[in-house]
Amino acid sequence: MSLNGKGAVTGIGETQYMRGSPKSAFRLQIEASLKAIEDAGLTPKDIDGIIPIGITGAPAEAFATNFGIEDLRFSAVAPLGGASGIASVQAAVAAIAAGICNHVLIPSGRNVTSGARAGVRIHQMPQFHLVTEFEYPLGAIAPAQLYAPMARRHMELYGTSSRQFAEVAVAMREHAVMHGNAVMKKPITIEDHQNSRMIADPFRLLDCSLESDGGAALVISAAERVRDMRQPGVVIAGIAEGHPDSPSSITQRPDMTRLGIAKAAPRAFAMAGVSPAEIQVAEIYDCFTYIVICQLEDMGFCKKGEGGAFVENGRLRLGGGLPTNTHGGLLSQAHMLGMNHVVELVRQLRGQGGATQVEGAEIGLATGYGDLGDGAMVIMRRA
Amino acid sequence: MATTDKPLPHETEDSQPYWAKAKGGVLAIQRCADCGRLRHYPRLVCDNCHSLEADWIDASGRAVLHSWTVAHHAFHPGFAGDVPYVLATVELEEGPRALGILDCPADAGLKPGMAVTARFEQRADGASELHFAPA
Repeated sequence: MSLNGKGAVTGIGETQYMRGSPKSAFRLQIEASLKAIEDAGLTPKDIDGIIPIGITGAPAEAFATNFGIEDLRFSAVAPLGGASGIASVQAAVAAIAAGICNHVLIPSGRNVTSGARAGVRIHQMPQFHLVTEFEYPLGAIAPAQLYAPMARRHMELYGTSSRQFAEVAVAMREHAVMHGNAVMKKPITIEDHQNSRMIADPFRLLDCSLESDGGAALVISAAERVRDMRQPGVVIAGIAEGHPDSPSSITQRPDMTRLGIAKAAPRAFAMAGVSPAEIQVAEIYDCFTYIVICQLEDMGFCKKGEGGAFVENGRLRLGGGLPTNTHGGLLSQAHMLGMNHVVELVRQLRGQGGATQVEGAEIGLATGYGDLGDGAMVIMRRA
Repeated sequence: MATTDKPLPHETEDSQPYWAKAKGGVLAIQRCADCGRLRHYPRLVCDNCHSLEADWIDASGRAVLHSWTVAHHAFHPGFAGDVPYVLATVELEEGPRALGILDCPADAGLKPGMAVTARFEQRADGASELHFAPA
């Protein structure tokens, strides 16, 4: 059984994205969830499946208790870091297609101002335990330091340049400024990127994503329900997760420049029956600029090693060949674990993209990347 | 200088022999006692034949540079006095890779394939810290 056409995103919700929110992570999760449920035209008691985004999230029971859900039929957790959102959509569609439940809520939200920042948190996570034992004590602390050797290897093998990384950062910032609900509000240039301070060579400050506060949530329902729902239907056409070789250690990975999405993308494209050339808008997980370039290659938008040249000349900007991260992404909108990428894709395919709407967008994709290279990808189309 | 507030390795039953050898300045690699496959970092099961039996070999310490990063920002206060420092991913002569601190200037003109040799620095806090130096 293929999951193509079995599920739809019927509700999306987001809070304002900011730094220094006075609201707790759970409150932000609840606020985003209530917006998504209302957007779907449902009430909280209609939710019968919950997949919380795990890292800083409350368990399913906390949502069931607060919403008064009397018969929660499905709960799960997808521990793929920033790929968890899309992996959770996959689990939701599978559960709905199997008849287990009807409406699955996927809530996320974080307050990094009061909670743990990414660099500290990862070393408490079981999927990082080998890194925590053998690399953390040497001073390999934060994701920037763990991922930088992948980027450096790519640069040495293929001549990829820091100015090409800058192309990604500049495009994301341009979209964030136009979008409005974004933490970063000032445009940047290639030179601004080149002048930003070095964090973990080759990553400069403007290669790194934000730490921000906010909430984002999705409601997933059966595709045949979209006619009855409040909003224009957006159907899931292809979806897959993929795990990299040597999933517990980048150091030991045979090919450091290949991520888990290289395995997921062919499955998702085949399920949807579309090719990269048909994608009109892309929301690509962008914890670091290089990770966008690597995923573009791994998904087949260009050959391995050509991603740097691919992003040049404004290809990722609105009006370019592949408008990407029309919300500004993790680099310039907010770090919402990639849930904001899924929300934005749905908004684009509904035609509700506002100032950053890609004209006539009917088919697009979103990706997630997490932990030490886990990947997930979803292709959606307007119903 | 070593400081006491750097993170320490938390050794496990699987990795205990590695850290014991490291105390003596030797880089050890776990080997499957059944099929002979080397594996690093140490773990319970051989991913080739799924045997739970393992022994250890001493690595030569000879390696080549595979990739690296230069830490300019200290994400942990224990490393604030060390920046900039080079973290090197190296390919050991025996096959597996290792991560270590590369003892060279941050602007040393590093290239993949550069020959390096391993040594352990015994920190005052009791940790054995893997280092490499250009050969």
